Amino acid sequence: MYSEKFQKSLAAVEAARDKNIAYEPARMTAQQKEDLLAAYHPDYKQDEFDTLKIGPNKGDKVPKELAATLQAHSRITADSVDLCTPDYDVDVLIIGGGGAGASAAIEANEAGANVMIVTKLRIGDANTMMAEGGIQAADKPNDSPAIHFVDAFGGGHFAAKRELLSKLVCDAPEAIQWLSNLGVEFDKDENGTMITTHGGGTSRKRMHAAKDYSGAEIMRTLRDEVLNRGIPVVDFTSAIELILDENGNAAGAVLMNMETKELLVAKAKTVIIATGGAGRMHYQGFPTSNHYGATADGLVLGYRAGAKLLYAETLQYHPTGAAYPEQIFGALVTEKVRSIGAKLVNAKGEVFMHPLETRDVAAASIIRECTTRENGVDTGDGCGVWLDTPMIEKIGGEGTIEKRIPAMMRMFEKYGIDIRKEPILVYPTLHYQNGGLDIDADCMTTNVKNLYVAGEAVGGIHGRNRLMGNSLLDIIVFGRSAGQNAAKACKDITVGKLTLDHVASFEKEIADAGIVTDTVSPKLLPDYTRRK
Amino acid sequence: MENMVNIYLFGKKYEVPSNLTIMCAMEYAGYQLVRGCGCRNGFCGACATIYRIKGERELKSCLACQTKVEDNMYIATLPFFPLVKQVYDMEKVKPTDAIMMQLYPEIYACIGCNACTKSCTQGLNVMQYIAYAQRGDFEKCAEESFDCVMCGVCSSRCPAGISHPQVAMLARRLNGKYLAPECAHLNDRVQEIKDGTFVELIEALMQKPIEEIKELYNNREIEK
Repeated sequence: MYSEKFQKSLAAVEAARDKNIAYEPARMTAQQKEDLLAAYHPDYKQDEFDTLKIGPNKGDKVPKELAATLQAHSRITADSVDLCTPDYDVDVLIIGGGGAGASAAIEANEAGANVMIVTKLRIGDANTMMAEGGIQAADKPNDSPAIHFVDAFGGGHFAAKRELLSKLVCDAPEAIQWLSNLGVEFDKDENGTMITTHGGGTSRKRMHAAKDYSGAEIMRTLRDEVLNRGIPVVDFTSAIELILDENGNAAGAVLMNMETKELLVAKAKTVIIATGGAGRMHYQGFPTSNHYGATADGLVLGYRAGAKLLYAETLQYHPTGAAYPEQIFGALVTEKVRSIGAKLVNAKGEVFMHPLETRDVAAASIIRECTTRENGVDTGDGCGVWLDTPMIEKIGGEGTIEKRIPAMMRMFEKYGIDIRKEPILVYPTLHYQNGGLDIDADCMTTNVKNLYVAGEAVGGIHGRNRLMGNSLLDIIVFGRSAGQNAAKACKDITVGKLTLDHVASFEKEIADAGIVTDTVSPKLLPDYTRRK
Repeated sequence: MENMVNIYLFGKKYEVPSNLTIMCAMEYAGYQLVRGCGCRNGFCGACATIYRIKGERELKSCLACQTKVEDNMYIATLPFFPLVKQVYDMEKVKPTDAIMMQLYPEIYACIGCNACTKSCTQGLNVMQYIAYAQRGDFEKCAEESFDCVMCGVCSSRCPAGISHPQVAMLARRLNGKYLAPECAHLNDRVQEIKDGTFVELIEALMQKPIEEIKELYNNREIEK
């Protein structure tokens, strides 16, 4: 139920609905997209970026908030931790308990390695859990990994590392098969054919889903498998620094109990960073669709230990975050809503773009509608455009919403909005960290040995923008691969003397560069407490 | 002036704006959350919460991130509940009637009180999906329980000691692995990739100049 102030615009949307359903808006040309992004996409706002003064990416521009956290003080001093008597000694240490970490753990365990997960919240408190729309894989007869490659490469502005992208698309069908064999329930018809849809920027319908709980269904199944295998999960424990050995190779991490603040030392032959994204950094003041712990920790840990970042300046703003009601401001409204028929409509009831442009283009287009074009709807706390969900029922028949996007229905129902009958208000929300640590196809960082990365903490798989459904895919493909490769590498690794010298030298770099800061990192959790 | 309400966090009174969720109200009151907060979007089940409105008899449950505060709300969070999770080898368990009896025999002690259903933070028919599990109807159990976020509130209310979310987890995995129809086109494609069917195509893309890939991308045919 929308209040009086929305009624006039709502009436316009309703009146135009039948016409809008029939209307097929043109897709933008390459030039139109480029111009739109340059004018409206947050990644292009130069004054929101700072140049890094120290570290492996010295001279590169990254979001201000990330620069501050990358160039911040450690939570410890190099000589304050006793590394001689580790609390844990394992083959593979996995930092992060999301989809990438869990996949890595299962594969490392399968390969016979002694593996352990540390996670600062619980296993499964991760962006994976919240991925709603689906997972891509080119497994239909009219599709191929090569077509998938072109879609993703173009969608990412031709910037992806090709060896990573080809691995992503070629290993995709097997990833789906692996998940199916673990018991993940994908939407299929009675013959076993996957029910697949488009995502923004795809040229084939290759989005596999489990209703709109795709990530949750995958995550809870992976978690269950981790527990079945007896893999130790040290929860409510964050990694606050990597430990290197005397040869400069990754060899463990300093851990901190999130509740008692006790410090612990984990020694390992290989380390996998699977710490996920950075939505809770709230770049440029955006709300986020991300989980509570998405604070770019892995980037900080890796950076201090000497690992390079790639495309850290590119973020994904999901075009459809909830703009109303305020209690769910910034929460994800899955792209699947558009995949199954809803179009974006402005305050006047006009369809202003093709609903399935890539995410960066769609976000920029909505921002344009709400700013210079002044066609946005005033929500009281901001501005938004309509996502006309009742179109879905008109196109797919009554009951489609409940069957295909039950989580969306529930989310709005709690605030008295029946998305089967009323459209919803959306505005871009900070969703995904396109960039991250630079790795090779074996998932090892390009310049710190025995340090592997998987999932959202990786940069370069998608280039400068990511397509829907390629993130759930990448956490599985690269998670599994990192686990397999780390486990295999362990057999030939002898860990040298443990050291935190890199922490001391990073502190020195901060001082030498004249950086004055009170910030400590990794951030671990955002602080939303009210300051009086 | 914001409209304020009184709430009681673990019995202690705080005045908070009425438009906040319970989770945001706790933060407004000054709590820096570590436990009881995960996705903040209703998917992870970390913020199970029980509450009672002063003067009412009924004990209610919800997810703190998905529920607005009310005046005179007595709130206790339930950030952890000791569910029983049985360990099994997915390759060895089979979707037989006997499996639930082996792993979760307590479901047959259900007394039909329906407290689980009444307390479900997702509004699921929990007792019904347990009934399906008792009968070995894993497909129906999977469907009925699909939206479960495993917050554990149902189990906290169960006099029979059933760990409903874990029972449903097993049912869904059995259904997904053994009962759902095999996907032929998926198996075919995996085999084709193993056979190297696409190697040449991919190799060509690995070498292709950017301008040529741009041509390909900008002129690709898009499935209707």
